[in-house]
Amino acid sequence: MKKSKFASLFLSSSLLIGILAGCGSAGETGTSSEGGDTIKIGANLELSGGVASYGTSEADAIDLAVEEINAAGGIDGKKIELIKVDNKSDAAEATNAAIKLTSQDKVTAIIGAATSGNSVAQVQIATDTKTPMISPSGTSTTVTVGEDGKVNPFTFRTAFIDPFQGTVAANFAANELKVKTAAVYADNASDYAKGLAAAFIKDFEAAGGKIVAEESYVAKDTDFRSNLTRIKSSNPEFVFIPGYYEEVGLIVKQARELGITVPLMGADGWDSPTIVDLAGADALNNTFIITAYSSEDPDSKAKEFSDNFKKKYGKEPNSFNALGYDTVYLLKDAIERAKSTDGTKIKEAIEATDQLELVTGLYSVDENHHPIKSAVIIEFVDGSQKFKTKVNP
Amino acid sequence: MEWIQQLINGISLGSIYALIALGYTMVYGIIKLINFAHGDVFMVGSFIGFYSITVFHLGFFPALIISMAACALFGVIIERIAYKRLRNATRIAALITAIGVSLLIEYGVIYIRGAQPEAYPDVFSNRSFAFLGAQISMQSILILSVSVVLMILLQFIVHKTKTGKAMRAVSHDTEAAKLMGINVDNTISATFAIGSALAGAAGVIFGVYYTKIDPLMGVIPGVKAFVAAVLGGIGIIPGAMVGGLVLGVVETVVSALGFSLWRDAAAFIILILILIFRPSGIFGKNTREKV
Repeated sequence: MKKSKFASLFLSSSLLIGILAGCGSAGETGTSSEGGDTIKIGANLELSGGVASYGTSEADAIDLAVEEINAAGGIDGKKIELIKVDNKSDAAEATNAAIKLTSQDKVTAIIGAATSGNSVAQVQIATDTKTPMISPSGTSTTVTVGEDGKVNPFTFRTAFIDPFQGTVAANFAANELKVKTAAVYADNASDYAKGLAAAFIKDFEAAGGKIVAEESYVAKDTDFRSNLTRIKSSNPEFVFIPGYYEEVGLIVKQARELGITVPLMGADGWDSPTIVDLAGADALNNTFIITAYSSEDPDSKAKEFSDNFKKKYGKEPNSFNALGYDTVYLLKDAIERAKSTDGTKIKEAIEATDQLELVTGLYSVDENHHPIKSAVIIEFVDGSQKFKTKVNP
Repeated sequence: MEWIQQLINGISLGSIYALIALGYTMVYGIIKLINFAHGDVFMVGSFIGFYSITVFHLGFFPALIISMAACALFGVIIERIAYKRLRNATRIAALITAIGVSLLIEYGVIYIRGAQPEAYPDVFSNRSFAFLGAQISMQSILILSVSVVLMILLQFIVHKTKTGKAMRAVSHDTEAAKLMGINVDNTISATFAIGSALAGAAGVIFGVYYTKIDPLMGVIPGVKAFVAAVLGGIGIIPGAMVGGLVLGVVETVVSALGFSLWRDAAAFIILILILIFRPSGIFGKNTREKV
């Protein structure tokens, strides 16, 4: 109780500062960065805290992309200067980081944050300072479309949106796995999970399936056994669990302990090496995830990225790596076409992106700033991810 | 069948609450302080167990014992540094200090190792067997047996040893105990040591059972254990055990009925109801305030 009150006070006060700081710097952003011989790009990422694994994955790949671009001569002869800020996996900190990047560092554009919630926390700042902001992996619709249904003019994303992932999961369950009944176990504290669950239920029922159980948990819970016992007693043939790896790892483990052996499926929130530690490789067998990218994708662009990434970091890239990497190239393409570092011109260039070839597939933007692109389904086999199939929009 | 499974789920959860609640109740019983740092001792215990297993490759039992010993020491240090000099201060001063110590430990641990969670390694083969249609894992059995053994051991210490006798005496009347030649400071330290050791044990058990540990993991179980202690009657040792188990089962039943989002609310509603209708708890006697 104390903490949440403190946090909301903090959030509201930092928002206020944000508005004030935003007013002060709105006019200067474009001019100051245009004159220099570098292009400043801010990265507002989860480098520590609960979902640090997403943020650090993206930061690694962003570093790689920036190195490559600078080695090849930069953007129109200007080198990229990357300014990384840690938002500590916290919405209030993400707002503060955006204020710092726009008012102190005066960046041309912001990459981040990795999660939808922390991205939404920056939207107001991006709009006020006319700084284009691209969230590599914020998949909730609320990142680019506000509560009132209006598009946030300066906010974009690299990853596909939640409803699309829910639809992919529903089609995969109904058509590939051919199951008739499913249970949904969603994180009630996250817009991400609720959005996916709603889309899954709608499309699974449309495909002729039946939802036999709908349960919810709240992020930070550790005991899921009582909900899972309820799910087990309704005998579903498939369980859809949209959520983040910290809880999902425990859910998968506890589900298998309770004797739930049916296929389990989630979305890109599961995509972290930590999930294998939390759930155990055995428990993860017969589980599927939807993701933007697989390092086993045979496409040539994807293969080149995977090789370069392995050379630099000595490990297989995951989809957060790929999305972080693509975000830099998406921005590069837009700045080149805009022929300017002016925020509004870059924004217009991103809006006009059409069939841009990226590691995670061909990328176009629709009128709600949602990408139109492909999705990959991956199966966990003894703790490692195996490419299962690719689904187009 | 579902209900047997739910009951097992509830008792496993409840026994962890009970182990933490014991520390709260013992400390309250002896110096009338609600030690809010207790949940963080639980967290530290969990991490000590984790590092014993992963870095020093020890088994579950050595890790459990190391964690209990280290937490006992840690509890005594906290008491000596933070609470001892406040022995004659107002109770609110001590309470605020306890909150400060709690935050210091939480963010101290984050400072040292970062905020990212860790996954407890599998120390037992993850076998489970069917019992009356319910799946019982070896872990649940082990957790229950360790908790029961520790609680019996605690009863033995409190009722059959000299330290236990001293603890009961100090709890009953500090001044009189002092006049009878009992070393009150050492007795209070012993209480902190025993309570913290139990919290350390609960931390290791929690890690093995729930896998994920992080520096803020002690906050919610700490508050729940406080509710359990109040429910059983704060200051009364069997009350903490029963309170913990009751709370665990109630939370599970609330989820089992389909109100899983109300689970935490249920715990705090119990706290409010108890404070309104029976402030001395299930086992408490309605004694008049001492003048």
